[in-house]
Amino acid sequence: MVTYVFLAAAALAIVFGILAIAHRSPIINVLSLVVVFFALAAIYAVLGMDFLAAIQLIVYAGAVLVLFLFVIMLLNIRSVDRLGSGRRLQAILGALTSIAIGAAVVVAIATLTPAQGAVAPGSQGGTAFPIGRSLMTTHLLPFELVSLLLVAALVGALVLARKETR
Amino acid sequence: MWADAIVTLIKLAVVIGVLLTTVPIMVWVERRGSALIQDRLGPNRVGPWGLLQPVVDAVKLITKENLIPDGVDHFLYILAPFIALAVALSTFIVVPFGQGDGLTLFGSKIHGFIVAPDLNIGILYIFALAAFGVYSIVIAGWSSNNKYSLLGGIRSSSQMISYELAMTISVVGVLMASSSFRLDQVVMAQTGTWLGFIPKWNVFPQIIGAITFMVAAFAETNRLPFDLPEAEAELVAGYHTEYSSMKFASFFMAEYINLVTSSALIVLLFFGGWTLPGLTIPHGWAGAILSLVIFAAKVAFFLWFFVWIRWTLPRFRFDQLMALGWKVMIPLAVVNFLWVGVAMALGIL
Repeated sequence: MVTYVFLAAAALAIVFGILAIAHRSPIINVLSLVVVFFALAAIYAVLGMDFLAAIQLIVYAGAVLVLFLFVIMLLNIRSVDRLGSGRRLQAILGALTSIAIGAAVVVAIATLTPAQGAVAPGSQGGTAFPIGRSLMTTHLLPFELVSLLLVAALVGALVLARKETR
Repeated sequence: MWADAIVTLIKLAVVIGVLLTTVPIMVWVERRGSALIQDRLGPNRVGPWGLLQPVVDAVKLITKENLIPDGVDHFLYILAPFIALAVALSTFIVVPFGQGDGLTLFGSKIHGFIVAPDLNIGILYIFALAAFGVYSIVIAGWSSNNKYSLLGGIRSSSQMISYELAMTISVVGVLMASSSFRLDQVVMAQTGTWLGFIPKWNVFPQIIGAITFMVAAFAETNRLPFDLPEAEAELVAGYHTEYSSMKFASFFMAEYINLVTSSALIVLLFFGGWTLPGLTIPHGWAGAILSLVIFAAKVAFFLWFFVWIRWTLPRFRFDQLMALGWKVMIPLAVVNFLWVGVAMALGIL
């Protein structure tokens, strides 16, 4: 059961991931990305990570991608250039980077044993309680650093958006 | 195994049936209620007190020509109303609607009156799905290829993002006080009284949170005074300007179903769900039905409250709406959850 749900969600994520970068309409790109995030949330949920699944949808599908859509609609972009007609150097660098990241992920998965890396489906590891506990104890410093980064980003956005009053 | 599946199917059928039945009733309440408030009669020709008017309206919408204008993005144009209705119908599965613990049906436990009893993220599931509701409006506005629709869609996306923050933060206080995401446990935490007569409802210690949640609920359901995405005086009908017949009806139904979900959430989070002060609901089917009646009565009150506000207050301007959301509602919601944290640390709550 878990395997079939995972395979279906993974296939959905890959197909719509390709659509998200290859389609010419920016609206279709963003909406495909929504489907990708939905498929990822389904994978989290089937692994017993309910909390992570919900947060994934609330943060990415609910806030970040709506902002993307908002900008695209505000600028009224109906279609973009065909894939590969951009700058040559950017394309090569992008391809190399994505191959490197993909290789790193494959190596990481191949070397991890299930006991280290994966969660047993249906375990309680994904509920809010253990996540909150580990954020406040073992991972307190990274958590505070991330908060600091977010505050810095917020202040930066305010500085950019500030109107000159003089 | 099979009995469990049948019980879940029955619960699902009941929830969807009740939600879809509430839509025509709410349409009637809205029209008669607005007439009452504006001192006129309202629809009174079809059936006693005009009660059959929604039936006639439904027949009209079903038999209307299904018009697809030139220049729309066909796929997205047709997809948008589907998303709206699907999201509206599926959010209700984590909403408990009565005390059904320990009851059995066909020899199988029914695990309370809630479709998905084992989902421990509860209210987060509703927020996650509500996020998809925004897409239906934004896609409808974009694919219609109409400037008024587009403006409605843009307004909607910024409004939803702004008020989602206030809504989520105002819920945090309730979740802290009941230390669970599950709505049935949120209700359980509100049983009993303080000093023997004040019910232990979250609305009393967290009145600020209750107010911000309700204001945000008005904004999230696009109801007046915050119905900017479809403001008919400025945008014809906003995001659904180009929709007709059943595709328009899908948006319409989704709006009323969201209204029911919002009212149910207000009742569950802040007004004690199916509990009443001084009343111990007995176990067994009699108690279950009593709790259903109490819950339905409370939800009905808040449904009327939504109608009442709509026909009493004028519409906000868009900049006023944004200022209210960011400069008033979010700070107030933060004050609420700070207060709950301090009160819990001091042992008051």
